[in-house]
Amino acid sequence: MSTKYETVIGLEVHVQLSTKSKIFCGCSTEFGKAPNINTCPVCLGLPGSLPVLNKKVVDYAMLAGMALSCDIAEYSKFDRKNYFYPDLAKAYQISQFDLPIAENGNIEIETDNGIFNIGVTRVHLEEDAGKLVHEGSIDKSEASLVDYNRSGVPLIEIVSEPDIRTPAQAKAYLTELKLILEYLEISDCNMEEGSLRCDANVSLRPEGQKEFGTKAELKNMNSFSAVEKGLEYEVKRQQKLLDEGQVVVQETRTWDEDLNKTISMRGKEEAHDYRYFPDPDLLPLEINQSWKKEIRERLPELPREKYKRFISEFSLPAYDAGVITGNREMAEFFETVLKDYNDPKNISNWMMGEFLRLLNENNEGPYDSGVSPENLSKMLKMIDEDVISGKIAKKVFEIMYESGKDPEKIVEEEGLKQISDEDELESLVDQIIAANPDAVEDIKNGKDRAIGFLVGQIMKETRGKANPGLVNQMLRDKLMD
Amino acid sequence: MIDKKDVEYSADLAHLKLSEEEKELYTEQIAKIFDYVEKLNELDTEDVVPTAYTVPMKNVMREDKVEESLDREKSLANAPDKKEGQFRVPKIMSE
Repeated sequence: MSTKYETVIGLEVHVQLSTKSKIFCGCSTEFGKAPNINTCPVCLGLPGSLPVLNKKVVDYAMLAGMALSCDIAEYSKFDRKNYFYPDLAKAYQISQFDLPIAENGNIEIETDNGIFNIGVTRVHLEEDAGKLVHEGSIDKSEASLVDYNRSGVPLIEIVSEPDIRTPAQAKAYLTELKLILEYLEISDCNMEEGSLRCDANVSLRPEGQKEFGTKAELKNMNSFSAVEKGLEYEVKRQQKLLDEGQVVVQETRTWDEDLNKTISMRGKEEAHDYRYFPDPDLLPLEINQSWKKEIRERLPELPREKYKRFISEFSLPAYDAGVITGNREMAEFFETVLKDYNDPKNISNWMMGEFLRLLNENNEGPYDSGVSPENLSKMLKMIDEDVISGKIAKKVFEIMYESGKDPEKIVEEEGLKQISDEDELESLVDQIIAANPDAVEDIKNGKDRAIGFLVGQIMKETRGKANPGLVNQMLRDKLMD
Repeated sequence: MIDKKDVEYSADLAHLKLSEEEKELYTEQIAKIFDYVEKLNELDTEDVVPTAYTVPMKNVMREDKVEESLDREKSLANAPDKKEGQFRVPKIMSE
């Protein structure tokens, strides 16, 4: 009856590079300043001013290109993208057109349905635009206010091939891309603050057809879940149109988080003709082998490689490896603990459990907390050596998190040392036996479970410090001969 | 060949309002420029890299150092309209 359609998605991701100064001038990139404080003749486009390229921006873009397995250009240049919109004072944006800094890369992603390789068409450099606040609503407003603080902040735009087939893949692509950029430490990738922005091209085609269908461009998706929801909505919308024999119009649509739907942005539909041409105010970039080598040496182990190595080298379950390598600092922390304490699974249990819980509660990274890798390995050894019980360890860990103290010191100060001395426990065990004749009777009648009750009583009396294994053994010796 | 439609299209992109006489004049003039540039096609440029820059310089860059910005009063000094430290521009969306 209805035709089966295949979804085709391509993503364009803009990432703000975390340099101190702007791409073509020395103005600060600091976020949250009063309007137009970070402006100068260059980023205001005043006549006679000349842009000068920030070297760190190029280094960062090369790093990104390499991490995405791109070819780095030997010769690259900047072009003017011409358009009339007051978010840029010059009436053009400095971008890169035909000779971007990096091309032909890919990102490996994993979803519930398997592993996919998504092509990266290109990575190019450009300047960000200013911020417009409309008086009233955008369609009714009589005027807009412009803040050029963001104008000239360095961006890379990463364009994917139309290789993405589902909204879930799009989300996985974005997640992996963000993680890679975080590992490179070239952007803080904060979607809410706009340092990572995503636009999507979406179209449907009958299964088996080679040509692409008419696409819609989706904008204004400000979170990972908005990207997924926006795409899901758009796929359904287009499917319905096609099923009803209508056509999809090529247009820009905006995702409305409150209404949970995409809306056509009328008025922006005039054909784009940006009349790119080389910016004569700038000079070409020639990237030689030694520059590339210098940058390549800075490339860290990337999340996907680390993930695979954690599984093969430490026999971690895929889930654990994913959580631990999902944050570069967590992964580093993990490996540092491992230097002194060779039980990877036990470390990952603690890191994914208590540690991550406290980090999330406090909205902190592992190195912001009081726990050092050395102290965590020390504490884990104390559990293994029966100095403290696993239960007490949770308490020690919490104190360690707050205070940054050495776990041995905490155990001593708080008197948390496990009691593993039979002589010390003897009288307490006898007391508990005397106080619980019913339980003792049950045990003698073969109800093994009653032993657990007595162990619990002793643990309670010692506030968790008694060695439960030892107590269990002592009770058995006394009651079951 | 350049015709009046091309001139109207370009004028539109540049937000220029041209009179009929101007359109005629520019069509003729721009067509001449194009004819002249056509001459280049007589040369074999197969092995010539497209020239984007005529000065023999490259890789002119600065270190990532924050310099003092312009005083905001000065930034806004020439703005025809301003409000709360911002440039005020006429409405953006047209029919």
